[in-house]
Amino acid sequence: MRSHLRTPLKRVRGLGSAKHGTGAFVIQRLTAIALVPLFVWFVWLALSMLHDGYAAAHTMVAHPANAVLMAAFSIALFWHAQLGLQVVIEDYVHTRWLEFILQALVRFLAILGVLACLLAIARIALGS
Amino acid sequence: MAQTARPLSPHLQIYKWQITMALSILHRATGIVLALGSLLLVSGLLSLASGPDTYARFAAVAGSLPGQVLLFGWTWALCYHLLNGIRHLAWDAGHGYDIPTVTVTGWVAVVLSLVFTFVIWGVVLMKGGAA
Repeated sequence: MRSHLRTPLKRVRGLGSAKHGTGAFVIQRLTAIALVPLFVWFVWLALSMLHDGYAAAHTMVAHPANAVLMAAFSIALFWHAQLGLQVVIEDYVHTRWLEFILQALVRFLAILGVLACLLAIARIALGS
Repeated sequence: MAQTARPLSPHLQIYKWQITMALSILHRATGIVLALGSLLLVSGLLSLASGPDTYARFAAVAGSLPGQVLLFGWTWALCYHLLNGIRHLAWDAGHGYDIPTVTVTGWVAVVLSLVFTFVIWGVVLMKGGAA
């Protein structure tokens, strides 16, 4: 039993079902906190854009403050969604290869989603 | 893991339904629905970036009857997940664990989510329908 120099803690690290530490848990909460005020702002923006047509909507999202908040909202939203779906998959999908494929798929889609949002915001804000 | 034939602990159908378990399940369900609903944000922003014609098509789909029903459901899911999420944040900080408090905050989240949804859609209707 004493044939190696690793401590018991070092040996058990990474052996839990999640295979990693508390980083994801903390980021899930931080993005949740960020999304509370961003959600209120988003509802205000969506309601004020209603019926005003393309030009007005474009001008609103192109405003630097709104563009920055929309970028922050997109990043926090997709990050939070990916972490949430990750936990759901970890809890209910027990076939290892299927879990791996689903986790990878969710991450790829979340990254695609956030890249699409950021590109669209940049194009709106910087003019095209 | 899943294929072993050992006896399982009692599952959902054994227990009497309580607000705590219902809201917990609803939090996950709305979370999954909202993750799918984020595609709405992507399509909205992409259409706005693409030009007036694409944006008009997005507005038409969002303003159609199925579109409005979807948006109404999305609004409620957002409001509920946000309010119940605040309960979760309070629990993570170690507050509100006793049963009476859990029940009360649960009902507050449900009622407020409906109130917020109706207020938001009240504004939508006052402006003359969706999109």
